[in-house]
Amino acid sequence: MISRAVRAFGVLCLCPFVAVAQDTIPQGVRVGLTYDPSSRPGVFITAVGGPAGDSVRAILARDLDFGDRLTVISAEAGPPPTGAINYALYAKLTASAIVQASVTPQGSLHVAVHDVAGKRVLNVGDFAFGTAATYSSAWRMAVHRASDEVERWVTSTRGIAATRVLYVRDQRLYIVDSDGANLTPVGVGGTALSPAWHPTGRYVAYTQMADDGTHIVVRDIISGQGRRVPDLGGSNVTPAFSPDGSTLVYSAGDDGTDLYAVSPFGSEAPRRVTVGHGSPSSSPTFSPDGRKIAFTSGRLGHPEVYITDADGTNAELLTEKAAVEQPYRTDPDWSPDGRNVAFTSQEGPNLQVMMINVRDRKVRQLTGDARNENPSWAPDARHIVFTSTRSGAKQLWVLDTESGRTRQLTRGAGVARQAAWSPRMEQP
Amino acid sequence: MHARIRSLALAALALSAVTTTACKKKPVLAPPPAPVVKPFNQDSANAAEAAKRAAAEAAAKAAADKAAAEAAARYAAAVAAAKASFATPVYFDYDKAEIRDDQKAALEAKLPIFQANADMRIRIAGNTDNRGSDEYNMVLGQKRAAEVKRYLVARGIDAGRIDVVSFGEERPAVAADTEDAWGKNRRDEFEIIAGANPFKLPGK
Repeated sequence: MISRAVRAFGVLCLCPFVAVAQDTIPQGVRVGLTYDPSSRPGVFITAVGGPAGDSVRAILARDLDFGDRLTVISAEAGPPPTGAINYALYAKLTASAIVQASVTPQGSLHVAVHDVAGKRVLNVGDFAFGTAATYSSAWRMAVHRASDEVERWVTSTRGIAATRVLYVRDQRLYIVDSDGANLTPVGVGGTALSPAWHPTGRYVAYTQMADDGTHIVVRDIISGQGRRVPDLGGSNVTPAFSPDGSTLVYSAGDDGTDLYAVSPFGSEAPRRVTVGHGSPSSSPTFSPDGRKIAFTSGRLGHPEVYITDADGTNAELLTEKAAVEQPYRTDPDWSPDGRNVAFTSQEGPNLQVMMINVRDRKVRQLTGDARNENPSWAPDARHIVFTSTRSGAKQLWVLDTESGRTRQLTRGAGVARQAAWSPRMEQP
Repeated sequence: MHARIRSLALAALALSAVTTTACKKKPVLAPPPAPVVKPFNQDSANAAEAAKRAAAEAAAKAAADKAAAEAAARYAAAVAAAKASFATPVYFDYDKAEIRDDQKAALEAKLPIFQANADMRIRIAGNTDNRGSDEYNMVLGQKRAAEVKRYLVARGIDAGRIDVVSFGEERPAVAADTEDAWGKNRRDEFEIIAGANPFKLPGK
């Protein structure tokens, strides 16, 4: 039903936008406005009726702005519209779409999106607050889910507002919502590093550092229960989950380090994946189909990013040794659409964030201002979060790889680093 | 000995009391008393001898104690020096895990301590500076620890006596962003974790 309504809208729409092929959109289900990353369709959000309506409107507006696919038209909301929408009025405001929302007495956010050119309702949805208290973390997440659907209705690509970023501040784990709100410590004692999300968003894995070495812990962030996974003793670092959540791969070893795989919830011994012959390897990241792993290896005497089949065969160099003084490339993160691997590269005196296309190996430098490192892709395969010193001490920043627009995600005292962008949070 | 000294003192007190009372009674002229011939007192002679002996013994004991204390201090200093020598870090070049030639003497100096303390087990902790990737630094530190373990094993130390860990760039020796600090942070540290209490000095 959605796609039929939207196809009709696509025909009706006299949008001047150029069609851009995107692998994330299945063939035949192109929806909404024909989306061009270089021009962001205007969206007007009307006043939101019901309890905390002003806050809902502010969160929707910020989410759609941070999504970088729509231009939120800043104009006085006026009173919540009643009766028929005056489309001509919104057309004058350069709105391609109108978001009309209200908080219902039943405790949900009701959202309708209008196609201004088509003068009709494009789509309607309800987003339950459940038992969440107004302004609580779960309440905000319900609004974020509404934002993400609005973005999908209008641009055909779901937004990333209903996500979180897990990171390290002063050797402790924290989680912050994608809009920078709701900063929450993950109750972990001791030094915790290199956190990673389970694909369900319910578990995290991280490196726990103690005097006698480093271990891998998997923790349920809802119950708080943590468990050390089987390891080799000594050094065990940089865990990553497979896309189906059934495998945890991390770096371990006595003489040099290789990647090892275990069941994140089982007790069988780790099985070795890579064969580095005593060289250091770290930072695994799975391709979205789970069949390949990109990782850092020092097997050439300096770190470069390699790709191997998930069983350890067919390892090959991804980041070719470039003609630079300090060949040094690390911390790969495979994009959720499978097309690119973001990584850190030594460029002159600083580290910079780059991305490489897996198929044609074309490299793009994404940063250049101060020191930037350790990228992690958002579920939309378009935004990345990374560590930067551009504002002084290390903080997390978000970059839209299409437009180059950046925003600062974390602030405050201490050093923030090692960000991991969550999958979409489906549960309140 | 103490009991004898006490009874001597009591006797002296009693004598002086008698003399005092006699003087107060009659101011009559009397023939001068016959010179008192102090009888030889075997007890007091013994006491004096004992005191002399005690003093000599105390002096000898003090000298012995002093010598022992000095020896203990010398030994403690030697142990501390040996432990410090053992704990001397080994330093590395940027992004390298190979042992530098100028660091090998520090490793060689650790060998006699392994030999003197046959049950001693240690932990080598590899560390890095903070310039590269903090995740890669975890495994670079591990490689640095492993390289030094390999060196020590090649020099005859049982591999089972050496644990290796890495703290990457997370535990800097000097928290600063200077060449000097970086150089001091690219290091392996050596910690005795068991089997060296008491600590035996090499060659003793």
